[in-house]
Formats: sequence, C-alpha cells, structure tokens
Amino acid sequence: MYKYDQYDQAMVDARVAEFRDQVRRRLDGTLPEDKFRPLRLMNGLYLQLHAYMLRVAVPYGTLSSAQMRVLGDIADKYDRGYGHFTTRQNIQYNWIKLEDAPDILADLAKVEMHAIQTSGNCIRNISSDQYAGATADELIDPRPYAELLRQWSSFHPEFSYLPRKFKIAVIASATDRAAMRLHDIGIEIVRNEQGEIGAAFYVGGGMGRTPMIAPCINAFVPLDQLITYSEACLRVYNRYGRRDNKYKARIKILVHELGKDEYTRQVEAEFAHLLSQGIEPPLAELERIKVQFADPAFETGLPDSVDRSDPDFAVWVDRNTAAHRVPGYAIVTISLKPVGGIPGDATADQIRLMADLAKEYSFDELRVTHAQNIVLPHVRKADLYALWTKLDEAGLSTANLDTIGDIIACPGLDYCSLANARSIPVAQKISERFAGREAEIGELKLKISGCINACGHHHAGHIGILGVDRKGTENYQLLLGGSEGADTSLGQITGPGFDEDGIVGAIEKATEVYLANKQGEERFLDTYRRVGMAPFKEAIYG
Amino acid sequence: MKILTGNDLKSGAVTWWAGNGWSLHVEDAVDVGTDAETILAREEAARRVVSGYAIDAEKTADGVRPAHIKDRIRAVGPTVRLDLSLKPADPAAGNWVI
Repeated sequence: MYKYDQYDQAMVDARVAEFRDQVRRRLDGTLPEDKFRPLRLMNGLYLQLHAYMLRVAVPYGTLSSAQMRVLGDIADKYDRGYGHFTTRQNIQYNWIKLEDAPDILADLAKVEMHAIQTSGNCIRNISSDQYAGATADELIDPRPYAELLRQWSSFHPEFSYLPRKFKIAVIASATDRAAMRLHDIGIEIVRNEQGEIGAAFYVGGGMGRTPMIAPCINAFVPLDQLITYSEACLRVYNRYGRRDNKYKARIKILVHELGKDEYTRQVEAEFAHLLSQGIEPPLAELERIKVQFADPAFETGLPDSVDRSDPDFAVWVDRNTAAHRVPGYAIVTISLKPVGGIPGDATADQIRLMADLAKEYSFDELRVTHAQNIVLPHVRKADLYALWTKLDEAGLSTANLDTIGDIIACPGLDYCSLANARSIPVAQKISERFAGREAEIGELKLKISGCINACGHHHAGHIGILGVDRKGTENYQLLLGGSEGADTSLGQITGPGFDEDGIVGAIEKATEVYLANKQGEERFLDTYRRVGMAPFKEAIYG
Repeated sequence: MKILTGNDLKSGAVTWWAGNGWSLHVEDAVDVGTDAETILAREEAARRVVSGYAIDAEKTADGVRPAHIKDRIRAVGPTVRLDLSLKPADPAAGNWVI
C-alpha cells in the first residue's frame, strides 16, 4: 500500500489546520455561510437531510487495517455507530456536528486519510478495480497509476474549479469491475500489438440525467505519458466545458456536442503542446510509488483446495470468493447486503472487525468496492473457513455477491437532500422478497437511485430503478438491460412507473420472464438482450 | 400553515421555529404567516440556524404535519432507522412519514 511521504502528510495536516480555522470563523460569525459553504464542501462536508454529512476519501478503495479501524472509531466517537460505504469507494457519515469536523479530519490525518476533493467541481477520488494486485485476470497492477493520478489531481491548481465534478477510473483487466466507461475519464491499461503496455483513454462517459458511455479517444497512450495525456483531456474540458448550465457542464456533454473526433483532435493538439512542456512526473516518482505496491509475502506450496463439507460455507465460497493470481490464495468479498439490510451500511463494530480480519487473514489490507461491499484481497484458502465463521458471527457472511440481493442503492430520500424518493426501503423489500433464490436467479445486478443524479447507478443495472417525485408521491421507474462491465450498456425504461410495492411486483414478473426464457447458462442480462424488451413489458403491464 | 425549518449551525440537527426559538420537534412549529423571511434573516444572522426555509404544513390530530414527504422525513429521521428517530418509542413513526 502507498504510504504518505513528508509532502503528503504536510499537505493533509495543513488542510486540517486551515479547516479548523475556517470552522472557528464560521462559528464566531466572521465567516458567513455563503463564503463558508464552498470551503466545507472542499473538505467533504455536506449539509444533508438530517445533519452534516462527511464523505471520507478512500483512494482507489484501498485501506489498511489501521485506517479501517479508525473509520470504525469515528463512527462511534462522532457519529451514531455506523458508516455508509459509497459507489465511489468512499465512506460517508450521516450525523456529523460541524464543531467536530476538524477533530475528525485530524483523526483521519493520523492514519493518512482525509476528505479533500470528495465534493466540489474538482477531480474526485480516483477509483479502480477492487481486485487490483490480486486478481488472476489483470495485465499489471493498476494501483501505482491510480496513485500517480491521485497525486497529480490533488490540489491541482488548474483543475480545482472545473465546470463540474470529474471522476476518473483506472483498470488493468478486460473484466471491468469499476464501471470504467461510465466515468468522465476511464483508463484501461492495455497491451498493444507490439507487446507494449499503455493506456486506452475513454472520455465522456457518465450517468446522471444524461447517461453516456465513454468513447475511446485514444487506444494506446504510453504509460510514461499518462499524466500528460490526462492533463490534455482536462485542459480541453476546462477551457470549453459549459459553465452556464450545470446540467450541461459535465465533460460528456462537451464530447457529445463537439463530437468525439473534434474533441480528440483538440486533446491531441493540446497533448502535443504539453509534451514540449515536460510536465510528466519523473520516472523515479513512479518507481517510488511502485515499490509500495510490491506483493505481500505470499507463501508458496499452499493447498489450493477448500474443504467444502459445510454446505453454507460452500455456497459462500462459490458466491463470494474469486480467483487469486497466487495459488493457495483467494479474493474474498464481504457482502454489506444482508437480507433486509441497508446496502453499504456497516456498524462501527463490524468495521473494526473487518479491520481485525484483514490484519489476521489478508496482509493488513482491505478494499471498498463501488458496489458497496468490502474485499479482503489476499486470503489463504486454508483460512477461508475460519474467516467465514467469524464473519458469520458478525452478520457479514451473506452469500449474495452479484445476485439480486447484492443491490447498489443510494441513500435516497432517507438521507439525501437532493433525492426525490427513498431507495433503501425498496432495496430492503426486494432483498427480502428474493432471499434464498440467489442460485435460481443467478447473476443479476440491481441498482436503485432516488433521483436522476443516478448515484445508485440505475442506468447500469441489469435491472435499474429510478425513484421520482410524482406530485409529491414517490414513484419508481423500472429499467432493464443496463450493464457496467466490459459489455457496458444503458438500461431502457419499461414504461409507466410504480409505487413502492408495485415496483417489487414488477421485478418479480421480470425475473419470471427471465426464468421462463432462459437458455443454458444465460444470465438475466443475456436473456434480456436476446429476447428484447417486449416479453418483459407484456408480463409487467399486460 | 407556513412553518420554518432549518439546521442548527453547530450540530446540523433539523430544527423548527417554535415562536421564541428553535425546537427539534416539529410539533412545536408555529405558523409564521408572512414573517418567514424576516425571522430567517434574523436567525441566520445570529448563527442560530443555517439553510432555513419556509414550508407548507397542516395541523392534524398527530400534530404539525409538513406537506412534503421530504420534510416529514426530516421531521422524524430516516424511515429505515427508526431507532435513530426522534420518536423511537412510536412504532408508527415511519407510517406517519408517508
């Protein structure tokens, strides 16, 4: 894992001191709210439906045990005993007091964490593959490049006031686990025909009210020009992105309006100019970063088999573990989606337990996934049963990864001041209705947003749900056919919306159509793509 | 009726204008008629409240009920965490919201 150097630590410590002073001035009246609001947002502090909400950055979703433990302690000490893991691989606290915020940031700084750039029109937390550095299917470890991008984008003076927020994902596996093409910039590390490693740039994707899949604007950028090319992409956006209308301010609108070819031409011209400026970080810096992502001390000669005699354990192994690149190890996903639970929420005790388990079983390391789960990336297969037993005792052994119960849901109207409808109760009802049917229904990614901003990624769900306000009443639109993986697609609305109970019934009908039409090993998405919307529509509205 | 709501500057807690100060309980909210702007300007300047705004509400047998679901949820707390509600002993709190 990356460890702060003196510059990182000094910057974060300075920001804590600065924000402490800003809070003091706000409370004593020398700083009015209209001046203070952008400052608190720069430190991830929102004013939400019930209280202040603090969003803490988890760079590319990677945490040490010590960091995770502090996240649990903050939940207890300053919040109401729980935290909410988000689709940007971050964590949010819902009940923060303004007067406590500087102390929380100070606690975070002690474990090399902060809340900087988790809000505002700047480059947000860099996201990545939660299996990075562990999975058997990646080309190289993308984390050093994610870290390089983090350093480049942190306090970048030119990109602190962009037309709108900006999200970047970096992956190095064809199995896209980071919704890469639904980002402002998606970077996929690839190998070209000459066998060289470089980066494919996908620019102008996003969800929100105008969902778009990012087109590839350059299929191969040499890795030693990664930052320069990123800078060029941002510069063109910063120069021409719309500032007159926030709903048209994201880069996807610029790319769409200019056209991919013209945007690319401008980026390439800017890139050529920037190459002459020598802005790429020295290779020595990348090497310094890479060293910190060296493999942990994997053992060799470990048994690669697992005793599956406990049937509940066997189901969990099949569902919640993935292939590791080192024999004898597995990648474990801890589901934060218990039946009837709140997707992404974990209690302080659960957070600390996961920290302890990472220390004991996973070389001190955890990952937050964009699907609001937690990954232990390096677990010996021989330890899986002991790990599962401890997770089970803490209510963390739900075997539902990538099934209908593994729902992404935004906080919705229960917490969010922008939401139009509640997301969580719908997720709970669906989770309860379909509990025990994971094996029968198989892979089905269901995503719920409580408003058009699409924080719950509803456009990219095999089944998506969008909550809207219809004359003061919550109403839920149903979408089918979205995907955020290597086969990214946007879901299509089935027709008129439903109330809270109606939407659950509609989903039940959609799954019945799938099961009736399924061929072979088809997933829900495969069947939908083959048979189209018509039979689903007929069953749902007929 | 028109009532005023906002958040306590220090704690962020949802508050309701009760005529002579701010209350955590919506049932204490009073009709401000046409005085909303005056009261909010004074209270925000005094740093007692932030992000204040006026809403429509009605008086019911259960007390003051905001017209919009968003404000009803603000009044009670997350409908999915009734243990965190201001009315934890009231099993119908969630239903009241809807």
